Amino acid sequence: MNENPFLGALDWLADPMRWSGPSGIPVRTAEHLGYTALGVLVAALIAVPVGLYVGHTGRFKGLAVGAAGVARALPTLGLVTLFALLVGIGLTAPLLAFVTLAIPSLLAGAYSAVESADPATVDAARAQGMTEWQILTRVEIPLGMSLLVGGVRGATVQVVATAMLAAYVGSGGLGRYIFQGLGSQDYPQMIAGSLLVIVLALVLDLALLLLQRLTAPRGTVAP
Amino acid sequence: MIGFENVRKEYPGGTVAVEDFSLEIASHEAVALVGTSGSGKTTLMRMINRMVDPTAGRVHIDDEDVAAMDPVVLRRSIGYVMQASGLLPHRTVLDNITTVPVLRGTAKGEARERARTLMDTVGLDPDLADRYPAQLSGGQQQRVGVARGLAADPNILLMDEPFGAVDPIVRDELQGELQRLQRELRKTIVFVTHDIDEAFRIGDRVAILRPGGRIAQVGTPQEILADPTDDFVASFVGADRGARTLHVEHVDGRDVVVDADGRAAGVLAGADGRLGDGGAADGDAAAGPGAEALATEERPR
Ligand SMILES: Nc1ncnc2c1ncn2[C@@H]1O[C@H](COP(=O)(O)OP(=O)(O)O)[C@@H](O)[C@H]1O
Ligand SMILES: [Mg+2]
Repeated sequence: MNENPFLGALDWLADPMRWSGPSGIPVRTAEHLGYTALGVLVAALIAVPVGLYVGHTGRFKGLAVGAAGVARALPTLGLVTLFALLVGIGLTAPLLAFVTLAIPSLLAGAYSAVESADPATVDAARAQGMTEWQILTRVEIPLGMSLLVGGVRGATVQVVATAMLAAYVGSGGLGRYIFQGLGSQDYPQMIAGSLLVIVLALVLDLALLLLQRLTAPRGTVAP
Repeated sequence: MIGFENVRKEYPGGTVAVEDFSLEIASHEAVALVGTSGSGKTTLMRMINRMVDPTAGRVHIDDEDVAAMDPVVLRRSIGYVMQASGLLPHRTVLDNITTVPVLRGTAKGEARERARTLMDTVGLDPDLADRYPAQLSGGQQQRVGVARGLAADPNILLMDEPFGAVDPIVRDELQGELQRLQRELRKTIVFVTHDIDEAFRIGDRVAILRPGGRIAQVGTPQEILADPTDDFVASFVGADRGARTLHVEHVDGRDVVVDADGRAAGVLAGADGRLGDGGAADGDAAAGPGAEALATEERPR
């Protein structure tokens, strides 16, 4: 083992043993991604419809903005601990925390996506005889898609960085390396775990940034 | 036929946009609502397709109260063309034109075929079909707007300052084409503008509005020019400044019409369309810079 913990972390990562088996890096990464996806998905199921509704109708906007602000301000570790005390050790508590964490970005993304549509365009669509639903799905959402994806991106990056807390209450994911390392004062392992989380977050961020670019509606950006 | 019966519109916040307005618009007639900004023109026009519901009174189309109609169905049956074209920026020209037919359930292929015909009708190059609105000039966008308004072959066409944002030369061209279109299609047109010349050119009848949607005068352009009811109308049409006054001067045995600035506006013809005394028609004489003024004054309708 190397003296320098950073070089040690690289040694740790280079060890082929780490890349196989049920507690190997691929499995832990998959778990980590799974938690992230699940957290963002559940949050999206709640926040996106609410955000679209708020953006389209303009109703309850103050309430939505306020709720998002409060949710943003909640300390995640505190939430995980609190939920764990309430529902017990396992995946439910961290998931609830991730959902809470992901909601503000998704909510803001969804309502700003809808709100970004030019009121004159929406008015014209209505005057042509589109129903409110058609206005939402055929005008407002397509025009605001990249803002919506931006919300998903923000939520994903936040959750992926926080998903290591799942291991704090006994689940898997890349957090295992960090908390194990912390417990046994194995700093190279801790750093390796952190590096993996950072790389994962960067990769997801880039991928979603790309998606954001791709979903900008044609005709509204310079060809 | 479109009927306004004592309609009033008071917006939340207390603005009374329209006080008490009544007007009947015959089928196949083009009526221009003209007035200064804020006089309630748009509000009145949008009552027809229920984009605005009147606070009092009623609007009917062919004796059916629009308040009893489903707004979505109603709007799909009425063409609507607005100033900033209102095109969907993320859809191509062709897809914009087919919007309403597709909403009404016309098969896509059929709708697109008709859209291509319409592009031709409104003078759009077929090569533009796959462009996005941002890739078009203002004049082209307005043409697409007109084509979209006509796409479902509505009986009624509402036009809210459709040529207000294009330059004067293109506006003149578009006005001319709308006149030609109307001769062919004979829609019932409600045309909103603040430009009296445009109103006289497009409207079979013109309603001049004061603030609050109060009618100052309604009639054919000829009637209004011949007998403005009051100073407001006279000033609005420019009669008080002599801008509408044409003089006849005798030149080489012909009656040449000269406008207020002394420019030749054209040659006076008899009621039978033949030129006075001089005999053979001289095409050049009628093509002076102010020929438009003559056309306005003595439009053959
Ligand atoms: N949605 C609205 N809410 C409140 N006031 C409005 C609204 N639309 C129009 N108004 C007001 O009603 C008056 C008439 O407006 P409008 O019908 O747009 O006139 P015009 O088309 O002749 O310019 C104006 O004073 C305008 O400010
Ligand atoms: Mg207006």
